[in-house]
Amino acid sequence: MVLLFIVYFGSGKTMGVKLSAELSAVIVFSFWGTAEMADLVRGEVLVIVGPSGCGKSTFLRCLNGLEEIQEGTVSLDGEIIGSAKVRGKWNRRRIGMVFQSYDLFPHKTILENIILAPVKVAKRSRAEAIAEALKLLDRIGLSDKKDAYPRQLSGGQKQRVAIVRALIMHPEILLLDEITAALDPEMVREVLELVLSLAREGRTMIIVTHEMAFARAVADRMIFFDDASIVEEGPVKDFFEHPKTERLKTFLRSFEYSR
Amino acid sequence: MNLQVMGEYLPLYIRAFVLTIRIGWAGIALAFFIGIAAAFIMHFKIPVLKLFVRAYVELFRNTPLLVQLFFIYFGLPKLGLSISAETTGIVGLGLLGGSYMAESFRSGLDNVPVSQVESAFSLGMKKGLTFAEVIFPQALAVSIPGIVANLVFLLKETSVFSAISLMDLMFTAKDLIGLYYDTTECLVMLVIAYFIMLLPVSVLGSFVEKRFRYRIYGV
Repeated sequence: MVLLFIVYFGSGKTMGVKLSAELSAVIVFSFWGTAEMADLVRGEVLVIVGPSGCGKSTFLRCLNGLEEIQEGTVSLDGEIIGSAKVRGKWNRRRIGMVFQSYDLFPHKTILENIILAPVKVAKRSRAEAIAEALKLLDRIGLSDKKDAYPRQLSGGQKQRVAIVRALIMHPEILLLDEITAALDPEMVREVLELVLSLAREGRTMIIVTHEMAFARAVADRMIFFDDASIVEEGPVKDFFEHPKTERLKTFLRSFEYSR
Repeated sequence: MNLQVMGEYLPLYIRAFVLTIRIGWAGIALAFFIGIAAAFIMHFKIPVLKLFVRAYVELFRNTPLLVQLFFIYFGLPKLGLSISAETTGIVGLGLLGGSYMAESFRSGLDNVPVSQVESAFSLGMKKGLTFAEVIFPQALAVSIPGIVANLVFLLKETSVFSAISLMDLMFTAKDLIGLYYDTTECLVMLVIAYFIMLLPVSVLGSFVEKRFRYRIYGV
């Protein structure tokens, strides 16, 4: 079963991406992909890497309609979930997203954070939402924190709760935007272990990260972004062992150390 | 101090106290409406309207209430619109308070990180729900100290109502002093009356503030 996740930007047959993230009326960030990106298959984990400011986060945010796109359509299984034509109206019900800054709601307890969307958006019963939330909290080992407020949790715990909060909406695709970038090194592992377990379950994910070892472990397919375009794309093994482009080789070398 | 005199004045003070509170809180209620609307317009940067709101806020924040009351009370009749002293007091206090409340509410709204909104959107929440569940409670926690300070300030400002012949506390005290020269008694009763009126506001205010802040900030 193939789940189409087609991102058609621009008019041509190529996967040309032309988006804009307007910071103000003056600054326009324009962005276009030059390589063709194959459709995402259900259960696939796609990892996007690249130097800072290369546009990988923007790309992810465009998929979820958090940046306005200038042209094109994002569709899922043939259903259009957002396009340049209907700005501000993005259907985010089928896509979950987790951010670098966790963004738990600070005035709500952990349990309230998790059940807010299922109760208010998905209109599920409170009892059922709580039951599932507790199950998910148990899975990440934070059952005892259900009545705590976000400020009482460590960064790693907050990020795991944020992931669970996205999961309870049963998204078909999970977008993870540099979710460990703000964490202390010893907390990175607990979050990435959770993501790895999601991958083993066969969840479809698009991950932007700087953690190369993790990318290698979790990815089915890799994309290398540089200068706001897709430079190289391929299966994870080829990507790391036989990089084709000079830019990717240089990028991968920057993670190696020797005396 | 003559306690017997104070006893005789008490009913007059109570009447003035009730009037002051009635007009004061009616004005504050109006100030809340105006303030929230103005804060919305400023925060969401609604074109054109935001310019009017900006002008309104600056005009009323930077002129004394007494002058504003004179304009409304003596100016409007010249335009063929006469309103009672009481209405003048409520409208004047509402307009002045609105400009202060607007700034307090806006600072709260501006304080909520954009990422909180994006996070709510990503959970499928729409704008209205995001505002009610995510933005507003957090904005309020930030705004409350400013709002409480405004409440106390506005209730104290009611003392200029005497200038448009409203029989508030200040007017009553001045009137009695003018008639009977019991200056000490009248002024002591005036201070006590204002104190009784304002202390609960301050105490309740800091209680509410602590409750709201604690959940988020822990202090």
